[in-house]
Amino acid sequence: MLPIMFVVPVVQLIILVHAATMEMKHIELYVVDNDLSETSVKLISAFSGSPFFVLKNAGFSMEEAKSAMLENETDAILHIPVNFEKMLYSRNRADIQILIDAINGMKAGLTNAYMSAVLSGFNKEILKEKGSNRFINVHIKKIQIDYAYWYNPQLNFKFYMVPGILVILVSMIGLFLTALNIVREKEAGTIEQINVTPILKYQLLTGKLVPFWIIALIELGFGLALGKILFHIPVEGSVLLLFSFAGLFLLVVLGIGLLISTMANTQQQVMFMVFFFMITFILMSGIFTPEESMPFWAQKVNLLNPFAYFMRVIRMILLKGSGFKEVYKEFAAISVYGIIILSLAVWRYRKVA
Amino acid sequence: MKYFIGFVKKEFLHIIRDFRTLLLLFGLPVIMILVFGYVIRNEIVDVKVAILDNSKDEVTMEITNKILSSGFFILKENINKSADIEKIFKTGKIKEVIIFEPGFARKLEKYGSADVQLIADASDPNSASLVVNYTQAIIADYIKEINVQVKQPLQIIPEVRMMYNPELKSAFMFVPGTMAMILMLVSAMMTSISIVREKEFGTMETLLVSPLKPLHIILGKVTPYVLLSFVNAVTIILLGYFVFGLPVRGSIFLLLAESILFITLALSLGILISTFSRSQQVAMFISIFTLMLPTILLSGFIFPIENMPVILQWISYIVPPRYFIIIIRNIMLKGTDFMHIWVETSVILGMTLLFITLSVVKFKARLE
Repeated sequence: MLPIMFVVPVVQLIILVHAATMEMKHIELYVVDNDLSETSVKLISAFSGSPFFVLKNAGFSMEEAKSAMLENETDAILHIPVNFEKMLYSRNRADIQILIDAINGMKAGLTNAYMSAVLSGFNKEILKEKGSNRFINVHIKKIQIDYAYWYNPQLNFKFYMVPGILVILVSMIGLFLTALNIVREKEAGTIEQINVTPILKYQLLTGKLVPFWIIALIELGFGLALGKILFHIPVEGSVLLLFSFAGLFLLVVLGIGLLISTMANTQQQVMFMVFFFMITFILMSGIFTPEESMPFWAQKVNLLNPFAYFMRVIRMILLKGSGFKEVYKEFAAISVYGIIILSLAVWRYRKVA
Repeated sequence: MKYFIGFVKKEFLHIIRDFRTLLLLFGLPVIMILVFGYVIRNEIVDVKVAILDNSKDEVTMEITNKILSSGFFILKENINKSADIEKIFKTGKIKEVIIFEPGFARKLEKYGSADVQLIADASDPNSASLVVNYTQAIIADYIKEINVQVKQPLQIIPEVRMMYNPELKSAFMFVPGTMAMILMLVSAMMTSISIVREKEFGTMETLLVSPLKPLHIILGKVTPYVLLSFVNAVTIILLGYFVFGLPVRGSIFLLLAESILFITLALSLGILISTFSRSQQVAMFISIFTLMLPTILLSGFIFPIENMPVILQWISYIVPPRYFIIIIRNIMLKGTDFMHIWVETSVILGMTLLFITLSVVKFKARLE
């Protein structure tokens, strides 16, 4: 038991954080430069200089480029047509063509965003270099756009993922261990021996649940320390506040575990049900994608999804340093939830011989 | 043969009568397709913004209107001082604050330049970069409008085409992956558990001394799962087609043939696992750690493999669903023919033969 307790978080944090990344840093680019001018070469080096793109291939035929995309050899194609430079300086306007493999819609959207950022940067640069004499006698209005990314200026995706993985860690420990523990006793028949003792139902259940509650909180502390050491995630807010919320959240998780154990007779059935609930609720909780992007009905379903509350709160406290007055609604919701689920589970649990 | 049919029937009943197994068999694929198709999206919709307008003149009003009428943004509140920015970010609802400098219109008129500042909540880094990008595009559009009389010099105009999935639907990404995952789950995990159950309860010995040959026992165990997996595969393709408009651009027969090949691979893996494990618990853990997690994480199902550290990329080469996902995406979405996927197909075929040989060797050793 003890090795599992410490090995699981390490493995999860190290593998999940590295594998579960939507950080696009290696977008493979196929360049078809039919112009081969000074400007086109400069434009290409603007892309290769960006941390997001890797120049995978270059050629002169669009047919070849497209078939490379068909074979998954490239993520995007940048096509600079003949006379690109000439058009740019003679007509003040030149077209280029960008083809993005959009099977992964999310990745395609980001690719497009990064490409247009590189392009507009490049555009500004050549304007500065060569455009000054083109504004003679014309009054042009400019709006300077400045931007800042707060709480995560380097856009480090790990800062976003580590708190999410801590939520999975804590819930998995709570849910699996509680449900399995009781059903194992059912399977082995020892639950009957406990049931015939004079111990009261609430005493029995408290005795069963408290250890897991404590273990899960220790896991959270351990995982948090690992995240801090391995990935330098920020801890802006109060750790005490985080643990109080986790304590309440765990009441809900343990309650669900208890409920599942009353509905199953074998460990296999427990595993199946836990697997089903975990996958559904974790994916819906907003672990990878923002809640606002979800459709209306999903947001309503999330009102009943305990993971969604914890996912939100842990990120707010750790990354933004939110205090109690910013998260009191979540505190209230999770407390009510805990009371309802626990009472339901205790009521469903039959202490019969 | 009569015995065999009876045995298969019995196995079917075992599966069908437990609602928890059915939940996983048929509930999970449907739920996953719906959740992935509808819920896991990174689109910019209804992003809540706050505006700090130090100028409140006609130009800032126009820009504000343009941003809010784009359909991507919702004005959550107007704030009056920059000290409030921190406070509203901490309540967690606002994703971006747009700040106009004082005397915006006047400066724009007089000096031809004015400043706008965007501050994004990057605790979700991907959304933050998309949100900033969209806002910039809208403001750039406005600049173009007010400068109509001026021809912008040296403009590079990109024409962007989203290939294979012009509407950027997330279902295009997730349907093939879900199919691989469900087939793995049903064929490999469930088969291994159901064989090991007989071992654990000691009923395997009873079966072995029955008139059924060992080969028949294994086939009998496996047949119901072949049928169920195939039903699942077809259900997923149909759901994708009718609910999300996911096309099957290539040959449907090729697609089904490749699915059957992959089901065979998963079953041979399941049998192999069952020869290694003594209890259902062990079979389950082996299945989860060697099959499910790699299928979810390392197959390119959700997370692009090329973003991972090199070590994980190497490991992904031995994860069979990786090849299956490429095959389905190619057939369904890119409409490629067999010539483009023969490499992946041979890898799967090779792996299948390897697993079958291994389990036969292992099984024989056990009988002797």
